[in-house]
Amino acid sequence: MNDWKVLLVDDERDFALTLAERLGMRGIKVNTAFSGQEALDLLETYQPDVMVLDLMMPGMSGSTVLRKVRGLYPNIEVILLTGLSSTAEGASGVSQGAFDFLTKPLQIENLIEKIGLAVRKRSADEAGQEK
Amino acid sequence: MRPLKDILSHLLDIPDDRTTPERYRIVRRNIATLMLIITVVPLSLMTVINYFEYQTALRNEILAPMRALVNKAKYSFELFLAGRLSTVNFIASAYTYEELADDKNLNRIFRVLKKEFEGFVDLGLIDSRGTQVSYAGPYDLHGKNYAGQGWFEQVKVNGVYISDVFKGYRRFPHVAIAVQHITDDGKEWIVRATINTAKFDDLITSMNLDPESDAFLINRQGVFQTKSKFYGEVLDQSPLELPKSFEPAVIEKKDTLGRDIFLVYSYFNRSDFIFVLIKPRSEVMKAWYTLRADLLIVFLIGLVAIIVVVLRLTDIMMKRMKESDDKRLLAMREMEHSHKLSSIGRLAAGVAHEVNNPLAIINEKAGLIKDLIEFASSFPDKEKFLSLVGAIIQSVERCRTITHRLLGFARRMDVEIQILDINDVIRETLGFLEKEALYKGVTINLDLDENLPRVPSDRGQLQQVFLNLLNNALAAMEKGGAISISSFTKDDKMLGVIVEDTGQGMSEETLKHIFEPFFTTKKAGQGTGLGLSITYGIIKRLGGDVEVQSRLGEGTRFTVYIPKESPEQAGT
Repeated sequence: MNDWKVLLVDDERDFALTLAERLGMRGIKVNTAFSGQEALDLLETYQPDVMVLDLMMPGMSGSTVLRKVRGLYPNIEVILLTGLSSTAEGASGVSQGAFDFLTKPLQIENLIEKIGLAVRKRSADEAGQEK
Repeated sequence: MRPLKDILSHLLDIPDDRTTPERYRIVRRNIATLMLIITVVPLSLMTVINYFEYQTALRNEILAPMRALVNKAKYSFELFLAGRLSTVNFIASAYTYEELADDKNLNRIFRVLKKEFEGFVDLGLIDSRGTQVSYAGPYDLHGKNYAGQGWFEQVKVNGVYISDVFKGYRRFPHVAIAVQHITDDGKEWIVRATINTAKFDDLITSMNLDPESDAFLINRQGVFQTKSKFYGEVLDQSPLELPKSFEPAVIEKKDTLGRDIFLVYSYFNRSDFIFVLIKPRSEVMKAWYTLRADLLIVFLIGLVAIIVVVLRLTDIMMKRMKESDDKRLLAMREMEHSHKLSSIGRLAAGVAHEVNNPLAIINEKAGLIKDLIEFASSFPDKEKFLSLVGAIIQSVERCRTITHRLLGFARRMDVEIQILDINDVIRETLGFLEKEALYKGVTINLDLDENLPRVPSDRGQLQQVFLNLLNNALAAMEKGGAISISSFTKDDKMLGVIVEDTGQGMSEETLKHIFEPFFTTKKAGQGTGLGLSITYGIIKRLGGDVEVQSRLGEGTRFTVYIPKESPEQAGT
């Protein structure tokens, strides 16, 4: 499926790796990071189109990572994952610049759909900037 | 002082550790007692002091005139006797023995005497040996000798003599007056006159006594000298004993007729007589009795007024106290309740979150298996594996619903007004109870108005309201039955939701108290009695209202009204 580049950040290794494999099977290029800091380090060398970010992580929390990413790499779209309520935290993440949010456990079709929308938005933004 | 202090501290000591009704009873009793003591004691003291003050003052005021009257009357008697005595004395001194010894002369003098001074009955001359020399009067006493008789000896010693009253030959009461005259050359004689005591009666009559009173003269032997209205005739022995004191005085005693009397007496200075005035106590103290009755009435009215006011005040105070206690207790319980709910909520949220992560892993692993099977060109028993994995994914989905519901429950504790579809809230809440209804065999009928406008309200609070009502409805049905839930638009301002059950219903008495805090029909320990009062509180806070209709044995219907405008705008 196209050549979308995704960075998946979640402290649950099993979850992250499995999900990455499933996305890979659908033709999406996925890198994984298991903490906020690792993700930020990776971003210095690897620039994905979309970042799928868990909000609840030990160490650097998802919302901190979100803030930094939005500051450093404004053209990376972020989709948040939350195990908590469907509205409160996700909504506040969106207000901080995330593209959208999903609740765990998630359905892979929903995630792929959101990634697609995010990529499209990013391309539209880039096109706008070039003009 | 110490016991008083003990009593006071006992009364002021309001127990804290008793059960509520007993505590109120004790507080009420103590306050009422204290208030009664500090009001009734001064009132009683004032009444008693007034009683004795008035009694003394009135007694003196009443008795002083009686004393004056007695003295005046005695003075009149003495004046009368002194007048007669000096007349006789004058006759004895003004005439010579020879002139008086001549019957003709004596008769002339007697005639003048009778003309000028009323009351004289006879007049006679007696020589120093006691022989009657001459006599003018109704009896023939010539030659009679008095030597050796008491009065004769007395007049020889004292120069004058006034007899007690005696009855003469004509059975009239008389008094005899005798005067001795001694000339310069030692010749002596005695002039004796008798006076009718009718004048005494005149003097007493002129006192104008009331019918219940009595006045009379007695001598020192207690023999009546004038007629008494109640105690005897002239010369009878008086039944009333007098003290042998010359001081005029007032004494109180019981007379022979059984009456309580005031007796005022005064001894004569120059004769044996005692003047006595008797008035019945009841007559004298009439004014006092009236005053006493007035005093008693005022005291009793005051007492009754105080008791009524004290009891009323105490009741009002206790009611206020109970109300504020109840309010405080309710607020505390409500806080406790919401505290409990919020900690349950937090726990649920934690569990849900913790469970979500492994669920997500299961979900992804199962998903990967499914992907692998699907992407593989050939796989033995492909269909069977796919259906197994599908079942796993479906179960994960079910778990997801549960955890998100738990998270929703936790969120209910945060008060937030948002635009809500009331029908959604109802469906969500029903989700919690569907299983219980199923086990109990209760049918749930939903009749929701799909055109219901969305309203600003608090999802969590409304969920709690519906949860309480649905729980009550379920509890009201032993086995089977139906719960009907319907929503509708009431008017421009309100939406309505009806929760109706076919349970046991409530009596009118129960209906009256249903929204009161701590009122419960459940057995002790099974209900806090707070559910409906909290429900009521929430609905009122949200600017709505709740109505209840019920019939014993037929069921209960709660109607909740929710405002279309947000509670702040509605001003509640």
